[in-house]
Amino acid sequence: MINNELCTVVSHKEIAPSVFELILEGELTSSMNEPGQFVHVRVAGGIDPLLRRPLSIADIIKEKNQFTLIYRVQGRGTSILAGKRPGDKIDILGPLGHGFPVSEVKPGDTALLVGGGIGVPPLYELSKQLREQGVKVIHVLGFQTKEAVFYEDAFRQLGETFIATDDGSYGEKGFVTDVIKNREIAFDCLYSCGPIPMLKALKNAYGKDKKVYLSLEERMACGIGACFACVCRMSEDPDDSSYKRICSDGPVFAAEEVLL
Amino acid sequence: MNRLSVELPGLSLKNPVMPASGCFGFGREFSQLYDLSELGAIMIKATTVEPRFGNATPRVAETPGGMLNAIGLQNPGLEKVIEEELPWLEQFDVPIIANVAGSYEEDYVEVAREISKVKNVHALELNISCPNVKTGGIAFGTIPEVAKSLTKKVKEVSSVPVYVKLSPNVRDIVEMAKAVEEGGADGLTMINTLLGMRIDLQTGKPVLANKTGGLSGPAIKPVALRMIYEVSQNVDLPIIGMGGIQSAEDVIEFFYAGASAVAVGTANFVDPFVCPKIIKELPELMDRLGIDHISDCTGRSWNKHARIAHYRP
Repeated sequence: MINNELCTVVSHKEIAPSVFELILEGELTSSMNEPGQFVHVRVAGGIDPLLRRPLSIADIIKEKNQFTLIYRVQGRGTSILAGKRPGDKIDILGPLGHGFPVSEVKPGDTALLVGGGIGVPPLYELSKQLREQGVKVIHVLGFQTKEAVFYEDAFRQLGETFIATDDGSYGEKGFVTDVIKNREIAFDCLYSCGPIPMLKALKNAYGKDKKVYLSLEERMACGIGACFACVCRMSEDPDDSSYKRICSDGPVFAAEEVLL
Repeated sequence: MNRLSVELPGLSLKNPVMPASGCFGFGREFSQLYDLSELGAIMIKATTVEPRFGNATPRVAETPGGMLNAIGLQNPGLEKVIEEELPWLEQFDVPIIANVAGSYEEDYVEVAREISKVKNVHALELNISCPNVKTGGIAFGTIPEVAKSLTKKVKEVSSVPVYVKLSPNVRDIVEMAKAVEEGGADGLTMINTLLGMRIDLQTGKPVLANKTGGLSGPAIKPVALRMIYEVSQNVDLPIIGMGGIQSAEDVIEFFYAGASAVAVGTANFVDPFVCPKIIKELPELMDRLGIDHISDCTGRSWNKHARIAHYRP
C-alpha cells in the first residue's frame, strides 16, 4: 500500500564522500516488505525543487518503524536533503515499485548480489532477507575508489564479500564481472543494482543460463506509474510499443524481460 | 445546493477540478490512493489510432518551479483504450474527457468517431498542441486555418461535445481560439505546455532525449492566466483552464481570469492527493472570498457583473 507521511529523521551521516545514510521513522515502514522498493522524497516544501526524488530503501527496521536511505549528493535536491537534521520531518511517499523476488531462491541455494556504486544500498536489505530464509549470500561490490566504499562491514556480517575498485586502490582492481569470473563464483540466482553498463555485462554473461534480476533507474516524475516518464523497452515487442514502467512495474526486472 | 457544481457542454460536473491529460494515465494508479468519483471529471491520456511507445528516455527534466516532459504520446492505442481502459473507469461516478491525438487529420477523425461513442466519454479534448511529436500535433495547433478545419472534421463525427486544447506556442492565442470557435468547437482547454529545453553541464547536450520538451508546473501559471484572460473576453466558449495549478487559491485565480473549470497536471506528480485536497479546500476559500457559487466568479477579473452562462444546450 502506498502511503504519504511526514517521517522523522532519526540519524543522518556522511558514510563516504558525498554519500549519506539517512534513517527515518514513520508508520509507512510497516508497508515495506520487498527489498528493492523505493520511496519518493520531497526534499523541500514550495516549488523549488518541484519534483520528488526516488531513493531506494537500504534497510527496513520493522520493530522500530524505521528505514534507511543511502543516497549520493548529486544535484540541488539531494544537497537540500543532505541538510536535514535529526528531528526534522521529511515528506515521504511510498513504498513504491516492485523489488527483488526473494522467493526465487530456496534455503540452501546461493545468491550472488552484485552492486555498483550508489546501486549498492538496496542489496543490503535484500541480503538480510535472503539470509533470514536460509539462503547463502555472496556480495561483489564495485566502487570507484577506496574512499567511495561504504557498508563493507555490514555486508561481511551477512556473507562473503568482495570489493572491486576502478583504480585498484582497494580490493581487486577492475570490474565486478572480472571478480566473478576470476574467482569462479558459483551461484543459483543473481541480483544486481548499479550503472547500466554493469547490468548489461551481467545480463550478457549470465542472463541466458541463470536467474538474473536487475534493478533499473531512470528520471522519474510521478513515481507511481501514471506519467510514463521512466519507461524501458521489453525484449518481446511484437508491435513496437511494448514497455515497462521502471517506477511501478519495476524497478526490478528479470534480465531477459527488458532491453537495456 | 452544491456550490461547486459546474454545467458545461456535455459535462455536468459535481466540482470543477479534474486531472489534466497525460498527468493521470487512465486513472488506475491514482485509484489506489483515493476514490476517483471525488473528481469533477477525468481527462484521460492522449489516445491515438495505433499503440505508441513514445520518445526515448530521459523524458523528463526538472526546471525552477516546473518540469519539462517529452513523453511523445505513449498510449496503448484506440482499441485497447475502448476495450480495457474506459470500461474499467465505468466503476467510478465521474465523466471522462477523452484526449484525442494523431499525426494526420484522418487519425484524429477516426479516434474521435470511435471514442466518442463510448458511454462514459462525455466530451473530447482535441489535442492539437502536443509539442513532443514529430508530425501532426503542433502544426494543427499553430496554424489557425488548419486548426479550424480539423475542428470541423472532428465535430462532424463526434457524438459528444468537442473541446480544443490550445497551445501557448503561438503568435496570437486569441486568433487560434477564434479559429476553432468558427470550426464549431464547444469549448476550449488551455494551456498546453510551453516548448522548452535544458542542457546538461557535463555532456553539453540537451537533458531530454527528444532535446526539447513541454514546460509545465507553477512556472507557467502566469502565462496561462494571461492567455485565459485574453481568450475568455474574445470568444464565447467555456474554458477549462490549466497551467501550474496546485491549490484552491490557484483555482479561483483561474476562474477570475475567465475559466469555467480547471485541470490539475504536474501537481499530481508532487502530491498525488492534490486533486481531492483542492476540492475539499475550495468551499472554505470561497467563504473567505464571498463567493456563493464557483461559477459566479468566472471572468471576474474583467467583468464585474459576471455570472456568465456558458452552457448552450
